[in-house]
Amino acid sequence: MSELLDVAKRAIELAKKKGASDASANASRAREVEIGWRDGKVEKATEATTRGLSMALYVDGRFTSVSTSDLRPEALERFVEDAVALARTLAKDPHRALPEPKLYEGRSKDDLQLFDPSHATLSVEARRDFAKQLEAGARSAAGADALVSVTTGTSSSHSTFARATSNGFEGEKEETSFGAWAEATTKDVDGRRPEDWVSASARHHADLPAPEGLGREAAERALAARGSKKGESAVTTLIVENRAARRVLGALLGPLTARALQQQQSFLDDRLGKAIGGKLFTVTDDPLLVRGLGSRLFDGEGLAARRLPIVKDGVLASYYVDVYYGRKLKNAPTTAGPSNLVLAPGKKDLAALLADVKDGIFVTGFLGGNSNATTGDFSLGIQGFRVRAGKKAEPINEMNASGNQRELWKKLVAVGSDPYVWSSQRTPTLVFEGVSVAGL
Amino acid sequence: MERRDFLHLGAALGAVTLPTALGCGAAPKGVAITPGPSAKAPTAAPLGAKIVYFERFGVDAAMIHAALAAALSRGGDYADVFFQHKVSRSLSLEDGEVNRAWTGVELGVGVRVVKGDQTGYAFTEELTVAAITSAAKIAAAIADGPARDAPTSFHADPSPKPSRYELARAWEQVRAEELLPLLTGLNERALKADARIKKVNVGLSHESGAILIADSSGRLVEDLMPMTSLWLGCVAEQGGKRETNAYNVAGRNGLDFYSEERLARVVREAVARTTVLFEATPAPAGEMPIVMAAGSSGILLHEAIGHGMEADFNRKNTSIFADKIGKSVAKPFVNIVDDGSVEHARGAIDVDDEGNVAGKTMLVENGVLTTYLHDSISAKHYKTKPTGNGRRESYKFPPMPRMRATYMQPGPHKKDEILASVKKGIYCTNFSNGQVKIGAGDFTFYVKNGYLIEDGKLTRPIKDVNIIGNGPKVLEKIDMVGDDLQLDEGGWTCGKDGQSVPVSQGLPTTRVSSITVGGTRSDSGKGKKS
Repeated sequence: MSELLDVAKRAIELAKKKGASDASANASRAREVEIGWRDGKVEKATEATTRGLSMALYVDGRFTSVSTSDLRPEALERFVEDAVALARTLAKDPHRALPEPKLYEGRSKDDLQLFDPSHATLSVEARRDFAKQLEAGARSAAGADALVSVTTGTSSSHSTFARATSNGFEGEKEETSFGAWAEATTKDVDGRRPEDWVSASARHHADLPAPEGLGREAAERALAARGSKKGESAVTTLIVENRAARRVLGALLGPLTARALQQQQSFLDDRLGKAIGGKLFTVTDDPLLVRGLGSRLFDGEGLAARRLPIVKDGVLASYYVDVYYGRKLKNAPTTAGPSNLVLAPGKKDLAALLADVKDGIFVTGFLGGNSNATTGDFSLGIQGFRVRAGKKAEPINEMNASGNQRELWKKLVAVGSDPYVWSSQRTPTLVFEGVSVAGL
Repeated sequence: MERRDFLHLGAALGAVTLPTALGCGAAPKGVAITPGPSAKAPTAAPLGAKIVYFERFGVDAAMIHAALAAALSRGGDYADVFFQHKVSRSLSLEDGEVNRAWTGVELGVGVRVVKGDQTGYAFTEELTVAAITSAAKIAAAIADGPARDAPTSFHADPSPKPSRYELARAWEQVRAEELLPLLTGLNERALKADARIKKVNVGLSHESGAILIADSSGRLVEDLMPMTSLWLGCVAEQGGKRETNAYNVAGRNGLDFYSEERLARVVREAVARTTVLFEATPAPAGEMPIVMAAGSSGILLHEAIGHGMEADFNRKNTSIFADKIGKSVAKPFVNIVDDGSVEHARGAIDVDDEGNVAGKTMLVENGVLTTYLHDSISAKHYKTKPTGNGRRESYKFPPMPRMRATYMQPGPHKKDEILASVKKGIYCTNFSNGQVKIGAGDFTFYVKNGYLIEDGKLTRPIKDVNIIGNGPKVLEKIDMVGDDLQLDEGGWTCGKDGQSVPVSQGLPTTRVSSITVGGTRSDSGKGKKS
């Protein structure tokens, strides 16, 4: 048994000794190293090992949760004692209980390859060198003389985690993740300083893309944004770049939760088994992707992870049902929240999609905005390029796209072959017809 | 890594504590957190300032000396250690019952070594000499010179320290039982206020924070930083349609913050802001004048100019304001400040997280861009004094320039004349979030509630519309400023480079002559199908 699992199990014993009838405990430790690099030298170097313990306590039909970074034994004892006393002041909640133990069963034996042992041997020099090469890549872009600043960086995390519950769950994981990013800023004739970025994350260091290419792309994106102008208000086609499409898909995650349904704050209420989008719209929650950034063998409540169809050919197939709100709704739990979200890709690449669209706006990023989970209304700032005659044309800015999520996904007319792989949300480029944009 | 800067409302989970919930076995029983040492004893501190709060964790001058000695073991211009202890609690009501609570304890220390504009940083959650000196050695790696001497004695600085949020009764002394009726009472009142209200969510959180900063110049600063916030959310139904909205209040306050007057306002606003949505029509699309209501409309300043004036972006030449100091950026009646000294405000701080006194900083004075918001690194770069804007989320992060309470001072116009001046536009009253691109200057804020203005009158309500503009361009277009400044009482949280800090914002009624409203109704005749 690992040390962290021991910490979690001892925390549960402590909770029971102090009067909890049931408890769960998560213990974690993570070593994080980050190098920030700017204009030829290290700007920021941080390194630390952090730890924490969080618990859920079930006390006489009542519930409270706690988290602490103060793991001194005498402090912990006092802390749990106080939490139990606090729980006793609250109202009873018949829906609060640990998951049924049978939900823990059937955990996959797959090797998800979430741990890269090279983490321990990745030297400071190697990290600096990677960041330096990211900058060199940016500086190698055509027209790089016009850059006013390049900031890059690398990061890594090595985390260990253990969860135990008083009804028999035990789970442990050891994971790594590595990140690299570059941000470039240039200057426009009118004093504006357009900036753009690229980043990549991976479970294994060797899976990161070559730094020069990443850096160059950041510079090219910033340089291409010079001279951007506001276009006319219109109803037009939006081609949403793969990495930006995460924002559009992400707006569905809140309304898909059992909490939103039970609290009557979801526009997807009563839509199970019904069409919420066009035929091209298929999304799977896949916790078992090898090396996936959101992969897991068990979810936050200990439920054995399984592939879950969320939307199939436009029809809503599942909600995210956690144990508590599942009980409130009298629905069987699925999983408490997303792992990897995979939006099924299409066959055409970006150039082919643009060529098909002929005229519209290629959205490379969103700025602010929000989406109303209860009504589906959304309004998002957009940046990107006009598409003219099937090609990327002049850059646009200070524009906005609005509508309702209920309608938007029905207007999904094409899906790219290019899922964004540096995220747990693997969205390809998405094409939506007939979207209202505001500008001039 | 997407490096955007954003603002959002109401997510900060604060929290409470019983006297023993401090998670501190070594503490004397029922220890009350009293105001900072220098507040009670302003003359204290000639030789070796006393560590008051953190003494219970075994933190003493010898430990700090050892940490700073390790931090300076490879030279460096400057080093500091930042101890933090924070106990937070939140209570929530759902479906009529307060049936969940959360308590969190954060205890740790961060060590920073600065060399020029380079920063080495490390932290640990073990308050032992061995763990802290080990972290300090990691931070020291940023430098590569000979060791420097660490101070052997410390002086309290500033002395006396400001005292902007002293509580009559600390949160440690407030029992959960005292708070429960407050939550259930709000639930009942909201349900009673309007038959269309079907569900109510109430959240109350409070926190007791303490920080201790010691640096290589021998300064020693302690501060106690309370915070509380209350959130009331409503779900309403009418004719088969549902709408949700909320209202919240926050500040560095104690239980007495929740006066009958404030609670009544919370219910009134939450219910009104929700039920009005049934009457709302889609917002228009395109450029038009907008009027920002007094209060939370300060989000305009936060995004249009506040972030761009943070000096780190300017010393890096990546802000759109990088070459505009001393230049006219707005009409002469526009005065914009960032102020750490507003008593009990959510964005108030006595000292920043580098130990510098937080005062009032003029960003724009009589229309002229005046001062950036500095931390110690940028102040040194610009050869000026820090402005007390060096803030951090916690011991896990090094500080950087951040806003506190950002607002515009009153102007020459009257609210009524401002509204009357608009033939066709919108009046923005309530917001949920905003964001800015520092370099390009484009920013947005999301309007939860507003009204159409037609021929100088508020006609129909509108909802859920994003507004997008460009910072310097919009500053130039502020052409009327009311005399009715209000600092918003809401719980705003600002995010930058992955760090969240509490802030406040305010505005008098203000007109922007033209900006893009991101609605869907293009009845201006300009919109066309393409």
